Amino acid sequence: MEFKNLKLSKKTTFVIWVIIIAFIIAAPSILPVFRLNLLGRYLSLAIVALGVDLIWGFTGLLSLGQGIFFALGGYCAAMYLQITSSSEFPNNIPEFFGLYGVDNLPFFWEPFRSPIFSLFAIWVIPALVAGMLGFLVFRNRIKGVYFSILTQAALLVFFNFFNGQQKLINGTNGLKTDVTQFFGQMVGSESMQRNFFWVTALLVIAAWFFSKWVVKGRFGNILIGIRDDEPRVRFTGYNPVLFKTIIFSIAGGLAGISGALYTVQSGIVSPQFMTVPFSIEMVIWVAVGGRGTLLGAILGAVFINYAKSLVSEALPASWMFIQGGLFILVVTALPEGVLGWVQGEGPRNLLQRFGLKRKIETYPSLEIKNEIEEIKK
Amino acid sequence: MLLDSLFNGVAIGSVLLVAALGLAIVFGLMGVINLAHGELMMLGAYTTYVTQLIFKLPILKPYYNAYVIVSIFFAFIVSGVVGILLEKTVIRKLYGSPLETLLATWGVSLILQQFVRSVPLAYGTGLIISLIIGLFLPTVFSSKVKESINFKYVKFSSWIFAALAGVLSGNLISSSVSKLSRASARNVDVTAPAWMRGQVEILGTAFPKTRLMIIIITLISVIAITLFLNQSAWGMRIRAVTQNREMSDCLGISTEKVDVLTFGIGSGLAGVAGVAVSLLGSVGPNVGGNYIVGCFMVVVLGGVGNLLGTIFASFGIGIMTDLIGAGRLLSIWPDMPLPLSNTINFFATTSMARVMIFALIVIFLQFKPTGLFPQKGRMVES
Repeated sequence: MEFKNLKLSKKTTFVIWVIIIAFIIAAPSILPVFRLNLLGRYLSLAIVALGVDLIWGFTGLLSLGQGIFFALGGYCAAMYLQITSSSEFPNNIPEFFGLYGVDNLPFFWEPFRSPIFSLFAIWVIPALVAGMLGFLVFRNRIKGVYFSILTQAALLVFFNFFNGQQKLINGTNGLKTDVTQFFGQMVGSESMQRNFFWVTALLVIAAWFFSKWVVKGRFGNILIGIRDDEPRVRFTGYNPVLFKTIIFSIAGGLAGISGALYTVQSGIVSPQFMTVPFSIEMVIWVAVGGRGTLLGAILGAVFINYAKSLVSEALPASWMFIQGGLFILVVTALPEGVLGWVQGEGPRNLLQRFGLKRKIETYPSLEIKNEIEEIKK
Repeated sequence: MLLDSLFNGVAIGSVLLVAALGLAIVFGLMGVINLAHGELMMLGAYTTYVTQLIFKLPILKPYYNAYVIVSIFFAFIVSGVVGILLEKTVIRKLYGSPLETLLATWGVSLILQQFVRSVPLAYGTGLIISLIIGLFLPTVFSSKVKESINFKYVKFSSWIFAALAGVLSGNLISSSVSKLSRASARNVDVTAPAWMRGQVEILGTAFPKTRLMIIIITLISVIAITLFLNQSAWGMRIRAVTQNREMSDCLGISTEKVDVLTFGIGSGLAGVAGVAVSLLGSVGPNVGGNYIVGCFMVVVLGGVGNLLGTIFASFGIGIMTDLIGAGRLLSIWPDMPLPLSNTINFFATTSMARVMIFALIVIFLQFKPTGLFPQKGRMVES
């Protein structure tokens, strides 16, 4: 498979970041609370998209099950909030347990009384689960399409499990967070949501720097090597299993953080986070933005979700058609995504088509493109 | 008791088998996993529904009892044609990049789901009729006509004819069957004809007739597909391309035609599975999603390029689902130790059975990563 390694030029990256940061700073004062909350949610989705870009764009692993780790992070955060604000309920445990006749907190929720543990659990637990699942699959050299459908099956399994366990995690109803207390304030309150927006914005930037650091240098080179030719990486003496497991659990951890932020801003976590469509959508954000360009993942996640909410408000039925068309279009016509297209030869080709720019028939492009030789004949 | 459980398992397994058969053949040949396979099943199920309503019209009323059998053929053709169209427009462009194909077919599945929700079934039927005519009318002309320069015009005019036929039939159906003239996202129900209701008693155990019918449909499909692959010339070509695409191409086999044919047959089988699904429960736009992951598991477990693997895997999964999901192990072995019986009770729902089976499959793959019947080869990639 041909896939160029996209490198955005420093200038483009800088310009895009200036725009993003300016927008983030301006957003709370220009957007109404409802829209700001939506933007905050979509920014938190950008973090899971960064993880997808790390495993798919750089390592070539198409996971259709990122929703598992996303939801796990969300559940950890929601459970902590529920437990800390349950002092007025009987037995000092969250209200929903009473509905199913559970008197004691299930043992695995016990550590979530501690805020520090919960803060770590949000990203460590998803990362551990991802690492374990990844190790079991990668160890047997299961890859490509097999890997994708196994992750999808795993997603469905987790969905079924969470959906069915009323007594442990409130099943289908999920855990609500907007009426819980955090630092003495209601989580659903306006000032709290504003704070969450800032935290999310900062974490997106931090996650971007982290991902950038991960793919830089030799570690990143090996990831790209695995994507392009795994057997060769193996024959050179590296162990792809290790690298794949590490990057998969990093992506899982990012998904967990993202899920926690999304949960507190949308007010609920439920097994709906683990439905199949949602996890595949994460891939399309990255694909539209440009795989292998970390910035593309962020832009794709925010813009597509914003477009989704705008279109769904205006014409509810048409979003599915648009989304389906987007999937087909982006893989057939724009395999490098929008950023890849802008950075590559896209704009030049477009200008050429309208006769605004001369065709280049110089030596290097002859070497790259076989078509030009065919045209010459 | 054991017989009962076995029968239920076989019935669950046979739906999986028909559906997974199509998926496995296409996957073996092209390395393409079709995420829209579940939606092709859904189309098959809706075809059954439409056929049923059409057979309720006064002209066809006397033959009402036969509608299930007719709808099997219709479903095969409808899903097959949609599959062929899918191959010709999208999948052909993506050969060699299976992950991209996965995403594109997901897009197709979204479009198909929304299509069923927002387009009245009558006009949907009209559209499919025009697709069938448009795709097949040009092929009936003799090769002499095909080689002439004017064949382009023949093709063009046959598409016009097809469009006309589609619009006419769509209008005809929507004016005569009022249930089909409005779009609805609600689930619909297919009622089995009188001769398929009730139960049959064999060896003192009662078996529902619909399930027997599903097993028979499966049996016929499997035999037909085996005969086709092993006895016919095109079957031989398909097997040849599955084994070595480049070599077959060099020897003059039109791999393009083989791809279209295989994809059509695979999709058609999904349609047949859809008929079976419609007999089991109500039919909605999301009906395919309930079965599709099971099919994937069958393909993963059974290995590629071997029908036997698919058969074993789907019956295995079917029987295990029934054994675990209905908690039958307890009734077979009532006085098992307490912790074990608690565990079994914990998993004794359909959804928890899936959890258990997935865990078992992942454990199985630790020992045999390439499935039950792997293809032997010396490639590094395989």
